[in-house]
Amino acid sequence: MRDLNVKYLVGGPIGASRPLPPYDGRVCNFLAELSRALQRDRRTALYPDLLSFAFFCRKANIMKLKKEFEDGRVRLGKGLAFHIAPSNVPVNCAFTYVFGLLAGNANIVRVPSGEPRQIILLCDIMRAMLADEKYNDIWDRTAFITYGHDEAVNDALSARADVRVIWGGNETISKIRQSPIKPRCTEITFADRYSFALIAPEAVADADDDELRRLAERFYNDTYLMDQNACSTPHLIIWFSEGGEKAKVGKQRFWEAVCQTAEKYDLADIKVSDKYVMLCRYAIELEDIESVQRFENLLYVVTLQELPDIITRLRGRFGLFFQYDIRQLGELARHIDETVQTCTCYGVDQEAVRNFAVNHGLRGIDRVVPVGSALDIGVIWDGYDIVRQMSRIIG
Amino acid sequence: MYTLDELFEISPYALEREQKHRILTDIVKNLSLVHRANCMEYRRLLGTFHMDPATVDSYEQLMMIPVRLFKEYELCSVDRKEIFKTMTSSGTSGQRVSKIFLDRKTSANQTKALVKTMEDFLGKKRRPMLILDTKAVIKNRSLFSARGAGILGFSMLGYDTTYALNENMQLDYSVVKAFLEKHQGEDLFLFGFTYIIWKHFYKELLNDGKTLNISNGILLHGGGFKKLLSEAVDNDAYKRCLEEVCGLQHIYNYYGMVEQTGSIYIECECGHLHASNFSDVIIRNPKDFSICPMGEKGMIELVSVLPTSYPGHVILTEDEGVILGEDDCPCGRKGKYFKILGRIRNAEIRGCSDTYERP
Repeated sequence: MRDLNVKYLVGGPIGASRPLPPYDGRVCNFLAELSRALQRDRRTALYPDLLSFAFFCRKANIMKLKKEFEDGRVRLGKGLAFHIAPSNVPVNCAFTYVFGLLAGNANIVRVPSGEPRQIILLCDIMRAMLADEKYNDIWDRTAFITYGHDEAVNDALSARADVRVIWGGNETISKIRQSPIKPRCTEITFADRYSFALIAPEAVADADDDELRRLAERFYNDTYLMDQNACSTPHLIIWFSEGGEKAKVGKQRFWEAVCQTAEKYDLADIKVSDKYVMLCRYAIELEDIESVQRFENLLYVVTLQELPDIITRLRGRFGLFFQYDIRQLGELARHIDETVQTCTCYGVDQEAVRNFAVNHGLRGIDRVVPVGSALDIGVIWDGYDIVRQMSRIIG
Repeated sequence: MYTLDELFEISPYALEREQKHRILTDIVKNLSLVHRANCMEYRRLLGTFHMDPATVDSYEQLMMIPVRLFKEYELCSVDRKEIFKTMTSSGTSGQRVSKIFLDRKTSANQTKALVKTMEDFLGKKRRPMLILDTKAVIKNRSLFSARGAGILGFSMLGYDTTYALNENMQLDYSVVKAFLEKHQGEDLFLFGFTYIIWKHFYKELLNDGKTLNISNGILLHGGGFKKLLSEAVDNDAYKRCLEEVCGLQHIYNYYGMVEQTGSIYIECECGHLHASNFSDVIIRNPKDFSICPMGEKGMIELVSVLPTSYPGHVILTEDEGVILGEDDCPCGRKGKYFKILGRIRNAEIRGCSDTYERP
């Protein structure tokens, strides 16, 4: 590892370290203090994503997760985890590290080449904390590194890893997979995914103004906040309803409220241009467009008469959505393939959606969450129980 | 109902606001109907947006085609057999380029409009022409790059066309001197691209410590100042520097794009870019695409009466600009005059895309 051409943002070359049991006290204490240190540091306030990470690491949450984790079986971390973090959701560097640590592993996290500022800040804060001898066990298990397109590094780290975690982009996954792993190595990959929302328009029609505003705000956070570019961001809104006048009112109210909330969105000129080009492209290529509603350039809504066989091609950006009406969940079954990840719901029984996935034997839908929680990452993600996957059972 | 042929009879900068609006609406609206009938992609666009050109009462209400669509689709409104040349925008390798399909009619109209517009600056008499570029760029006739097409298009305006740069993009002093001696005392026409002139003509003269006397010439150049920004060279500095090395006093910048060849916007003696009778410029507010009032910056929409073989008559560019005035430029030319502020900026875009940035 010493010969590798990498830069350490925090930690150093990781030698042989003993795996810890999941949710080890040393790890939990460290995370609790990390949470406090992040929240104390004024610079953290600049990065809402880092703040929510700090909130995730707070003692109460980790204890709750620990409790949910414990099932009476004896577990131990697998050893060394090598994480390739995504470039455009910077904070996932931090989450993937914490998941690996909670599982009981030593962690090498490849920070994307842009070296996102919130991750640099996190590394600074961690470096200061880890200087304290009481965190020697954590220091030994922590390395945040950056390196260029260096296959030798990918090869060397992959060859040592007991767990390899590759965060998204199908292209990245195939690239990293060119570096072989040990036969017993567990690999977790987060591929390109597609997400949609399922909303009962009557529930929107019934919502009072405050509730409507909150709903729009939550939808905004799921979508515009990440330029509608995250895997769990919905592109398609499925209106689940018997139809009728009330449903119509609900839909119109929803979009008007979203448009109002989106007033605060930073709609840069280049985004307007990209979005308009995208709308034109769909107008040319999609067969079944009933109409296009434009709320200025903030919000484009494309109403479909039919769903295409492969719904994952219906992708918006910067506030471009598709909408389609269904009466029965069953109508969706043939459109859902293994790419479909999150279904965000409003006014819909989430358990019914999970049952729908099970009863139809669907390959997609890994997450059913309320509108507003699309981006909330957790230990269960993309269909994986990540901490369990990164540890082993001693039966 | 006005037609293009009638427009060709009018002096290129003579139309005032209302008359121009009437004439352009007639012609451009009709172009929309023609393209709807003949170009599948254009028809689908209008259909999706429920837009019927027959019902609009101003060309300002017609569907804007974003220029990027010409990179993604082969937009064509005539039978492919009618296409006699395809122009492409000059992009660096790997970039997608615009493809513009020309039939004889569109191409002839482009040339006609260009000649007509330029006459206003050069006069009717043709001048000996010096091109500040290399001949190599036009040798491949099968695919016309914007650079090659520009050179060929403008060559129609002069005679004894001579190229100042050799195949290696070096200034060929002997050729230039011979040209200048041969046409001593005559009014000359020079043409080239803003950056190429700067790098391969001005800089070479400067480095070699040489000067030329071309004070009896008019230089027309286009292509944009983007690459010169790093050297902090603006239009005024550009003019000053060129005058120093070769005495050129009449230097005109122009703005135009391969998607609307023929209808170009030339800078007048007052330093303003002008729309001629053949085209118009509309500034759009990015918030909602409403029309910006004079003096307010926004995205540039360009309208041209010329494209009949492809639906490029109303396009939305990725440039930013501002209208400075209309019908009242001190140079005497009618129509809108404006300023280009550059390309719309690249924004940082969030989301889970690939971990690996391609080199």
